[in-house]
Amino acid sequence: MIDKKFIGHVMPRFSAVVEAGRLRFFAKATGQTDPVYSDEAAARAAGHPGLPVPPTFLFCLEMESPDPAAIRDLLGMDYRTLLHGEQGFTYHCMAYAGDTLSFEQRIDDIYDKKGGALEFVVRGTRVSNQRNELVAELRAVTVIRNKAGA
Amino acid sequence: MSTLPQFDQVNVGDALPAFETPALTRHTLALYCGASGDHNPIHVDIDFAKAAGMPDVIAHGMLSMAWLARLLTHWVPQSALREYSVRFAAMTQVGERITCAGHITDKFERQGERCVRLALSTTNPEGVIKLAGEAVIALP
Repeated sequence: MIDKKFIGHVMPRFSAVVEAGRLRFFAKATGQTDPVYSDEAAARAAGHPGLPVPPTFLFCLEMESPDPAAIRDLLGMDYRTLLHGEQGFTYHCMAYAGDTLSFEQRIDDIYDKKGGALEFVVRGTRVSNQRNELVAELRAVTVIRNKAGA
Repeated sequence: MSTLPQFDQVNVGDALPAFETPALTRHTLALYCGASGDHNPIHVDIDFAKAAGMPDVIAHGMLSMAWLARLLTHWVPQSALREYSVRFAAMTQVGERITCAGHITDKFERQGERCVRLALSTTNPEGVIKLAGEAVIALP
């Protein structure tokens, strides 16, 4: 079982730069044909200062952490038993290509169901930009499937 | 570019324009692996998937969440999006066509903003729900 003492634990802050090429690649990979997400001129014509970061891409940038396995290692989770159970975003302002975004991750909750057969880790992440404006809050629920009797 | 629907002109029960994705290909999973930065081999390497006891690779849940986000940003500009969340209910498989749909479940005002709440889903042609979600959108 994951030690519940880690509830409230805050991970070291890190930052990631939003690259325009990566946003174009993401638009292609997700079938996004709206030119606002891939063509700088179309984005500017729509009133944006540059290519916008699409709604779920903040999750991708969160994976740019210098140590993406840090929380798994801290909690002793085996990645082969993990499932992404839920993902949520609360948006405060738009982010754009060229921004440097900072990520502050916190372990908001740890709980179990079915007598410990399923464990849940809730991670909250605050994303802010280079002007210290809050961009978004992310909430990820990871499910750990333990073997029967474990 | 999408323009904002008016709060007074939308009603609970109204559906967003749904769409169906093309049949999911391994190529799309490879592109999403690179573009998203999620390099977990379970999504692209069938040898790895079989060794892990799976019959085949499985799609990234976040790929479906990105498709569903297209439903939202085709309806309103992204700056109107306040909240977006999903629960990953079932795995999406290679070859499946996925329908992305949503409808208005509530109209309300909070912190001086008029908002609608949407229920969202991705389903396969058999009607199996893969993602179930919600969004809150501010409307003028």
